[in-house]
Amino acid sequence: MSGLSADEIGILALSLRVAALSVICSLPLAVLVAYGLARFSFPGKTLADAIVHLPLVLPPVVVGFALLVLFGKRGPIGSALDEWFGIVIAFRWTGAALASAIMAFPLMVRAIRLSIESIDQRLEVAARTLGGSRLWVFASITLPLALPGIITGTLLSFARGLGEFGATITFVSNIPGETQTLPLAIYTFTQVPGGESQALRLSIIAVLLSIAALAASEWLTRRYKRMQGDDRR
Amino acid sequence: MIDVDIEQRLGAFHLAVKFAAESPILGLFGRSGAGKSSVINAISGITKPLRGHIRINDVYLFDSGRGIDLPPEQRRVGYVFQDALLFPHMDVKSNLLYGQRLRTWRERFIDEARVVELLGLESFLQRRPGTLSGGERQRVAIGRALLAQPHILLMDEPLAALDIPRKAEILDYIERLRDAVQIPIVYVSHSVTEITRLADTVALLADGKCLAVGGVEEVMGRTDLRPQTGRYEAGSLIEAHVLTHDSADDLTTLAFEGGQLTVPRLEAAVGERVRARIRARDVSLATRRPTDISILNVLAGRVAVVHAQRGPIVDVQLAVGGATLTARITRRSSQQLGIHVGQEVYALIKAVSFDHRSVGYA
Repeated sequence: MSGLSADEIGILALSLRVAALSVICSLPLAVLVAYGLARFSFPGKTLADAIVHLPLVLPPVVVGFALLVLFGKRGPIGSALDEWFGIVIAFRWTGAALASAIMAFPLMVRAIRLSIESIDQRLEVAARTLGGSRLWVFASITLPLALPGIITGTLLSFARGLGEFGATITFVSNIPGETQTLPLAIYTFTQVPGGESQALRLSIIAVLLSIAALAASEWLTRRYKRMQGDDRR
Repeated sequence: MIDVDIEQRLGAFHLAVKFAAESPILGLFGRSGAGKSSVINAISGITKPLRGHIRINDVYLFDSGRGIDLPPEQRRVGYVFQDALLFPHMDVKSNLLYGQRLRTWRERFIDEARVVELLGLESFLQRRPGTLSGGERQRVAIGRALLAQPHILLMDEPLAALDIPRKAEILDYIERLRDAVQIPIVYVSHSVTEITRLADTVALLADGKCLAVGGVEEVMGRTDLRPQTGRYEAGSLIEAHVLTHDSADDLTTLAFEGGQLTVPRLEAAVGERVRARIRARDVSLATRRPTDISILNVLAGRVAVVHAQRGPIVDVQLAVGGATLTARITRRSSQQLGIHVGQEVYALIKAVSFDHRSVGYA
């Protein structure tokens, strides 16, 4: 494969930027939600769990449409953001990041939650008796021990974000240089006569990126486990 | 000083426990399911009683009447769990310092170097918990709890997960600790051996209730509590210190209030405090000082109480100097010797009747 063209590099860079922003913004919230679902029981927990998982089962176009209604220029949230902060995300790359964040959110929460649930809760109790406040115990015990899940969740949702299509195209359309991410570009090339070779080149890039993300996740998790000395005995 | 009076419902189990004790080591003794762990979980603030109070020295950790319920991190209660629960992502040193770092300089009274030395931790400070043996892990757990600068140390069956040699090792460490660090210890166990070797006071729990509180021999020797205490060998505890070692004969001489005891050689320094447990049936009585006899320990005493049980047995309590010694003899012997209160007698104890389980650091 010859070197990438300027257009291809632009598409790739935009996709990475969108996926990165979506992951960075959703990570703190995902950790909180995962912790809440793993450690507490509260009324409406089943409902909360269902809402978190909704994007996994909903047609992506429905999510995109809902975003459009809520965050569009005249939508209740979109107009408020525009009015108070001058922030517009509809039809912007930031909107694409929001769409992929929401679509990847269940994956991220799931991985982190499983990781938190596998931590012996009595370790947290022990830390409390040693003088750690709830918040400090969360930061010094729960979070580091959940790190494998956080890494996996982050890279999984990063990969998922790179591939986001339905919600993105519905919410922010398909604007070259602004919202045209890798999958959208591939789709566009398949729609023009003679675009197949371009579509193929971009598809190969997508495959390589996904494999790299999964491999990175696996490698980091293993490295972390070795660091803990789990496999020495 | 520990003062507990709590009621708690845990599923179908109802806990209603009331006891107060002032002693270096309080043993919470009872079979599994008696409510021992529930009591120390309530003391540490892991669970919340329905009503009652928990007081350590002058501080109320919990008092339902006044709405006091300190969170675990403010209770200054060191908790040593049965399975250590070391933090797997930190090395031994970070584990040890976890609690200490959360205390101000002013709150610190237990020194890191001292704990490391006392528990023999120098050699594995940089290692991860996953690479330690069970006994090493438990030592680190004890050190970690101590360095959190607690006002009281709770130990929940700290030996249960260990094999027998490790048990003996940790017992030695705990005994040294008691002298070195002046904080009270609540020691939970279902093992008679551990309780009698460590505890000064024992609270006997059964079915979520406290049946008796008192001196170890007083509680454990009671025949009416036999169903809970099991086959407990009546005896007496002698607080002594090491006087001399005789390396030629491999013997150690201990000094106590009532005289001297010769026992098989102990691994303890001269001057160190030890506690010897003498089973009542290992003590014979004589009305005159015997000569030409193999028994090394002959102690002069006075009969204080004659406790005739049903059957062939008589328990004779002697005052030997300031110490109390119980001899278990047959009724026939008692009659033949004419044992009565106030009588001058000699207690005979074979040196070989002491073993490493009955003599240890006090």
